[in-house]
Amino acid sequence: MADLLPEHPEFLWHNPDPKPSYDAVIVGGGGHGLATAYFLAKNHGMTNIAVLEKGWLAGGNMARNTTIIRSNYLWDESAAIYEHALKLWEVLPEELEYDFLFSQRGVMNLAHTLGDVRESMRRVGANKLNGVDAEWLDPQQVKELCPILNINDNIRYPVMGATYQPRAGIAKHDHVAWAFARKCDELGVDIIQNCEVTGFVKDGNRVTGVKTNRGTINTEKVGLCAAGHSSVLAEMAGFRLPIQSHPLQALVSELHEPVHPTVVMSNHVHVYVSQAHKGELVMGAGVDSYNGYGQRGSFHVIEHQMAAAVELFPIFARAHVLRTWGGIVDTTLDASPIVGTTPVENMFVNCGWGTGGFKGTPAAGLTFAHTIATGTPHELNKPFALERFETGALIDEHGAAAVAH
Amino acid sequence: MLLISCPNCGSRDETEFHYGGQAHVAYPENPNELNDREWAEFLFYRDNTKGAFAERWLHSTGCRQWFNMLRDTVTYEIQAVYPMGAPRPDKAAAAPAPESTTAPEGATK
Repeated sequence: MADLLPEHPEFLWHNPDPKPSYDAVIVGGGGHGLATAYFLAKNHGMTNIAVLEKGWLAGGNMARNTTIIRSNYLWDESAAIYEHALKLWEVLPEELEYDFLFSQRGVMNLAHTLGDVRESMRRVGANKLNGVDAEWLDPQQVKELCPILNINDNIRYPVMGATYQPRAGIAKHDHVAWAFARKCDELGVDIIQNCEVTGFVKDGNRVTGVKTNRGTINTEKVGLCAAGHSSVLAEMAGFRLPIQSHPLQALVSELHEPVHPTVVMSNHVHVYVSQAHKGELVMGAGVDSYNGYGQRGSFHVIEHQMAAAVELFPIFARAHVLRTWGGIVDTTLDASPIVGTTPVENMFVNCGWGTGGFKGTPAAGLTFAHTIATGTPHELNKPFALERFETGALIDEHGAAAVAH
Repeated sequence: MLLISCPNCGSRDETEFHYGGQAHVAYPENPNELNDREWAEFLFYRDNTKGAFAERWLHSTGCRQWFNMLRDTVTYEIQAVYPMGAPRPDKAAAAPAPESTTAPEGATK
């Protein structure tokens, strides 16, 4: 008892009570909500705004993803927005004055069948045309980059090659959220935690306020950034979204010495693996098939993913699962996000990022802030409008996004 | 892992089943009269209920029959299993189902 505890370090953001009114309210204090608030304040001078979070800051999917960042998507629209995100990732540590350990260690997407090989080579070609760094690796080159990978023919789905994006990588997700939150707070944004939205106030078809468990807040504009709960909020506001919420699970092993130098993903055998800075092996799989809001999934999905991981990385047979968890991902039928206006006036939605929202965080924030501030979409999110499900201009990214994140 | 009571085979592991999404979505009666918005609703919009949700399942490695299930999407508790074409049990108890003028969904004989 002799030594007193050290002083608590300075808090990165305040915990204000909600004001009676704001120029804009962002619902959801995860990565996308915080990034949106940051770009609203920085690019559009809107500082009288609030981010409402029903739990604690960045405790949803922002805390549950596998932190992979890449931009090697097939279609022009996706490549544009994800590549813009990647370029922002490259400058954000300096801009936010926070080193969130963005590590451009490269991402490999393995091919295990002739179909995979053809699709992968096509994607490499499309990426190059869109200015995204991409190359095709044969199995020997795969082995050189990631020596612990098994490229022999003794497994059910041997590695037949891989696409490789050298500028891709991982970042510390929590720190990304904290970096945005600190800057938002400095710029005057109110970050209000434990504030759950229970309804909306509307004047005709125009939203004028947000009802919460901490009172009604008047606002001129509302931006929804609630991922898996987007449908629930949309229903409160009186419109529908083409979203299905599914559990998506991930897990970590205990800490190991550095053995895995890059990020390896495999759509075909449903696993993706990287090694966190601390040393855990971080692995994810595909979504559970059923709709779910429970932040947990079924164990057989993890079992399947472990089987694939051990075949690809035989040395992982000695590792242990330390912790598993689930997030609720908001999937669309074309595996592309929805960022834009809604049928309700002055209400905007950013959702449908499904299994790959983390990598898109900066671009989601930038384009959604532009959409909220100006009332019209940014050039990058124009194709990702809700209307595409009526016009038929879908952006089918199942090849690049469905399992791999 | 869900333990699902197939109406024909009894309790089996979830891995024997395939998920079929929201139940009670009927094919449009007059497809030619649908506008783009209505087609979008039929093709892409499904309920995404938080709570009791009526959904279809297929016992793909068992009897290979479709059936409906009422399941809580938060607790994942299975509340009822009922045949294709039957009304949703919790709603049916509250109010008698209106007489349908069309063949029940899934009732291809």
